[in-house]
Amino acid sequence: MAFDYSWLIGGPQGSGVDTAANIFSRVSAKLGYHIFGKREYHSNIMGEHSYFVVRLSDEKISSNVNGANIMVAYDAETLIRHCLEIFKGGAIIYDSSVIDTTIDEIPTLEVGYKKRLLEFFKSKNMEPNVSSIIDLAKKNGVKVYPVSFRDVLANIANELGKPELSRMVRLFNILGVSFSLGILKAPIEPLLETIEDTFSKKPSIIELNKKAANFSYNYASAKFSDFQDSISNNGKSENTLLVQGHQGSALGKMVCGCRFQSYYPITPASDESEFLETHEILQVREDRPGSTSIIQTEDEISAIGMAIGASLTGVRSATSTSGPGFSLMAETLGWAGINEVPVVITLFQRSGPSTGLPTRHGQDDLLFAINAGHGEFPRIVYASGDVEDSFYDTGKCFNFADIFQVPVIHILDKFIASSIVTCNRFDPDLVSIDRGKLLEKIDGDYKRFALSEDGISPRSKLGLENGIFWNTGDESDEYGHITEDPVTRIQMMDKRQTKVEQIISLIPKEDQAVVYGKLDICIVSWGSPKGPILDAIEMHKQDGYEIGFIDIKLLHPFPTDYIKSLLIDSSIVIDIEANMTGQLASLIKENLLRDPDYYILKYTGRPMTCTEIFDSLKKILEKKAEKKQVLSYGD
Amino acid sequence: MATKLGDYKTQVHNDWCPGCGDFGIVNAIQMSLTEMQIPRHKAAIFSGIGCSGKTSHFINVYGVHTLHGRVLTFAQGAKIANPEMTIVAVGGDGDGLGIGAGHFVAAGRRNVNMTYIIFDNAVYGLTKGQASPTLKLGEQTKSLANPNSNYNVNPIALAISSGFTFVARSYSYDVRQLKNIITAAIKHKGLSFIDILQPCPTYNDLYTRDWFAGIDQINEETKKPTPRIYNLSDTGYDPVVHYSTITELNEKLSQALEKSLEWGNKIPTGIFYKNELITPYTKRITDKIPNYLENPAAKQKISKNGKSTTDVSDILDSLKI
Repeated sequence: MAFDYSWLIGGPQGSGVDTAANIFSRVSAKLGYHIFGKREYHSNIMGEHSYFVVRLSDEKISSNVNGANIMVAYDAETLIRHCLEIFKGGAIIYDSSVIDTTIDEIPTLEVGYKKRLLEFFKSKNMEPNVSSIIDLAKKNGVKVYPVSFRDVLANIANELGKPELSRMVRLFNILGVSFSLGILKAPIEPLLETIEDTFSKKPSIIELNKKAANFSYNYASAKFSDFQDSISNNGKSENTLLVQGHQGSALGKMVCGCRFQSYYPITPASDESEFLETHEILQVREDRPGSTSIIQTEDEISAIGMAIGASLTGVRSATSTSGPGFSLMAETLGWAGINEVPVVITLFQRSGPSTGLPTRHGQDDLLFAINAGHGEFPRIVYASGDVEDSFYDTGKCFNFADIFQVPVIHILDKFIASSIVTCNRFDPDLVSIDRGKLLEKIDGDYKRFALSEDGISPRSKLGLENGIFWNTGDESDEYGHITEDPVTRIQMMDKRQTKVEQIISLIPKEDQAVVYGKLDICIVSWGSPKGPILDAIEMHKQDGYEIGFIDIKLLHPFPTDYIKSLLIDSSIVIDIEANMTGQLASLIKENLLRDPDYYILKYTGRPMTCTEIFDSLKKILEKKAEKKQVLSYGD
Repeated sequence: MATKLGDYKTQVHNDWCPGCGDFGIVNAIQMSLTEMQIPRHKAAIFSGIGCSGKTSHFINVYGVHTLHGRVLTFAQGAKIANPEMTIVAVGGDGDGLGIGAGHFVAAGRRNVNMTYIIFDNAVYGLTKGQASPTLKLGEQTKSLANPNSNYNVNPIALAISSGFTFVARSYSYDVRQLKNIITAAIKHKGLSFIDILQPCPTYNDLYTRDWFAGIDQINEETKKPTPRIYNLSDTGYDPVVHYSTITELNEKLSQALEKSLEWGNKIPTGIFYKNELITPYTKRITDKIPNYLENPAAKQKISKNGKSTTDVSDILDSLKI
């Protein structure tokens, strides 16, 4: 049985939950565990509930499970929301000052949630407060460890002879991590090393944090020595990275030569642009340093306009956004389509419609990505399922854009963006760069939109001698000048549409869809459900059931013939995606004339867990499932 | 070999209405490019949507006819990626001050080294004469059912308060002055703006060529019209900010704003404000990326034999556990 352990930390936003989780993840990774962490937070700067779950295992994992083994709670709300998720034999470390808090004293609980809580306590015949929920956790067989964070901090301050430290509540994040590692009897060295890594830019606080870590580690391991679980050194792999979701596509962009990115701030896309800007100066082999121009624009219309302008100079260019921003880009996307401009739009989906659940996950924008913009023009919609894929796929998307001279929408989402995972070190040598028919020299008469067999014309760029061209959002002739001639209109529409066949025939099958296992009972999905699906399939395998999976990456143009050939012998097809209507399924219905037999859907804004998918698949295997199962786990 | 005026003209049929003020603007841009001997492949005209949007098709340099209101976004992206290009963006007053007003303000704040020209005729011509942002409240051009119910935008004042560092006005029938101002604007180090008063003979029956010429203001002594248009440079007006002092800056901004309010019997043209002491966007980039100008995005080599030459090993090392 593989070691599989989940740690949850929660508190009000702004209290350092993130820092604590990042430190815990890094320590666990240093100990040699595989890590999968997810971050959940409200659209709020300070005060609302946020939490982070880190799952560690000695085998590769790619999702979270329902529940956790250990929880650190900084506030009453975390206890109320998560106490009953802790497994039997697990532990809860919480700030003892919140024990008497009642439900009414927690202003951040939503009205509906609070009503359900009050009904819950009433049904249990208990007072609606923290101490009741802790009693319930105890009954579940969970060990409960109250600690006064303030007293511990005062003791640390006292020991260091610096009374002013007793007010440094910022240190609570180190305390939470150190208590956890203390009761788990983990080696302390990785924690101290991680503190050095984390605060390397603020050396003055390294010593302080280390002292606080030592003190609280020892405090917890001595005081709560009855806890049985432990984590130990698992032998670490040299080749492992601990990466956050937005870093995959950002590094992919650096490596594949994207040198211009414009963006307007939006959750959950901005982190990627900020990471790119932090590393805007790039080292280049056998050359002077290069750089990426990262431009924060006045809106998303400007963001895509600028990226297109930059692309016209021959530069690999991108913009990065989420649903609301992408909506604003629709008209300009069509301009890139009719003018055959290679540009990559990295679309970090979140839950819509409108502002929707701005900090939560969703896959609601597939059909919109395929159909955004008026008129008919070719584009590519391509999805990545996890952080590692997002690195390699980014390079592919830029190649597609250059080769086919179309806008490429690279779909990621909030689940990927805010997860933290261990994975193999990205290998830039596996990224190839193909600029298609981009010209470096031109002699003689040049026509930017010269009609050609494959619909793709040699491409000049602003500044190239003899390469002058015209662009227009109107229909144009081969030079790019406006025309309303019906014959030219047909030629030009057909020329652009020819690319659709090119795209399907030239993109390698293994880049169109990735196939796992035997496809008799077959899951079809796209994007980030990949991780929980793979974990759930593995769980079923251990129970002796084989379930196959097709991760469809090229979503538009849809690889109809290929997917049809894969599904030809499948007896059961199960569609899994994080939206309400089954948008991939609608593409399958439209293109394959086949309705999936089952749907597993989730649209709460929370990512799927492997537990949920495992359970839903089990119902299908046992023939007890409804056609559509809607998942709802997670707070 | 020197390029001639004809080299900057395309064969594309010009379908503007006879007498349209736009012709003078295209001619002036071509004259200015000739005067500066800018190689054709080193210049690009970006245009918006509307009659003025067609401008890029008539000039034989790179021509990018963009979307309604968005011309500045495309143009800035291109200029930042390839700072060696001479870039002139053009569009109507509806395009730049109506649907594109947000981009207008943001562009001023950035001060990218390029030129933006507004063809200002106070109507939406191509959609048959609706009121545009520079038409004044209560005015009624001929295709309006009712007098205009919106207050007008003051393009000069908006440009100045948005951060444009070269702000001028010209008149499309004074091609000589226009050419000189365009040349000065292109040479300016920063974002230059020219508001060109451009009569629409088809839809604007208020701001006509005759009205600008002042035929309704006959001088009693000479019996000749008194032109409304006059040149600021003939009045000893000095638009240039010479020193980095707040006092001088405020004086120059104030005088330009005051001049921008002058309208009616006398309408000033010429350069209202010029300040090269504000850092152009280029400088703001080189402060962060020292070799940006020698090695901008458009010049960077990104691959060798199909493989990436970017070395991210330091970043990957920092993510190592």
